[in-house]
Amino acid sequence: MKSLLPIVIVLVLASGYGVWHKRTRGKIVVKPDKGLITPAMIGADLGSRATLLQFSSAFCGPCRATRLLIEDVTADMADVAHVEVDAEANLELVRKLDIRSTPTTLFLDSAGHEVGRAVGAPKRDQVIAAINAIAQ
Amino acid sequence: MTQVSDLKKVTTVLDARGPRFGAAITTVVFAAALATHNAWFIVAQAIVFAIGAFKGPQFTPYAYIYKFAVKPFLKGEVPTEDVRPPQFAQSVGLLFALVAITGALFGIEALVVGAVAMALGAAFLNAAFNFCLGCEIYLLLLRARAK
Repeated sequence: MKSLLPIVIVLVLASGYGVWHKRTRGKIVVKPDKGLITPAMIGADLGSRATLLQFSSAFCGPCRATRLLIEDVTADMADVAHVEVDAEANLELVRKLDIRSTPTTLFLDSAGHEVGRAVGAPKRDQVIAAINAIAQ
Repeated sequence: MTQVSDLKKVTTVLDARGPRFGAAITTVVFAAALATHNAWFIVAQAIVFAIGAFKGPQFTPYAYIYKFAVKPFLKGEVPTEDVRPPQFAQSVGLLFALVAITGALFGIEALVVGAVAMALGAAFLNAAFNFCLGCEIYLLLLRARAK
């Protein structure tokens, strides 16, 4: 049996990363504006008040949970659109908007400006609060 | 109101706790490999990864242990998951295991320790934090490749 030190180092580093990851994922943050997002860019109409633009991929577990959550929250909101795009098929857009992991959900106002984004699966109350923060 | 492209086509859906249980065993196996420097642990894990990557994570020996020795004792609603994210993680695991085996064959100690340490970290993150490797690296790989 050789030293157990490498195992301890790996587990401590991974735990640190894991805790940081858990804390930051799903939080809605405001990023610098990357320009207007138009219906042509995402292949779907924007909502008259707001649009939740979700980037997903095939190898992403929480993408499905995020989709179900947003579908549920926006079901009764005719003026809020939920558009889910396959990141893999839209790499140009992914690069332009600096999407690094999935799911990433952008909150757009009626004009198509990004007002916030959640990397990872967001929480229900945060999604509702973010939609409510976008003026009618 | 929801508009979705073609992401909704779900392939196979698994009990999400199965792959996570498998990751816990994987963590122990890689920890043993790192502690003993016995390459056979890595070879055994590589075979498990290969089954998971090519046939599906629900067919690995770990999945059968879960199915027959763990699942009967679990109660409550079964959380489900698309098969593709854990399958992707198994493929990445296989890649690291193969790198480690190559290192062992040619006596490159640093390569073995490096690859096993990375794989151990990823397996531990999966088991302890339900970490989704595909979410974090797949898009980065695509972006890097298409540059």
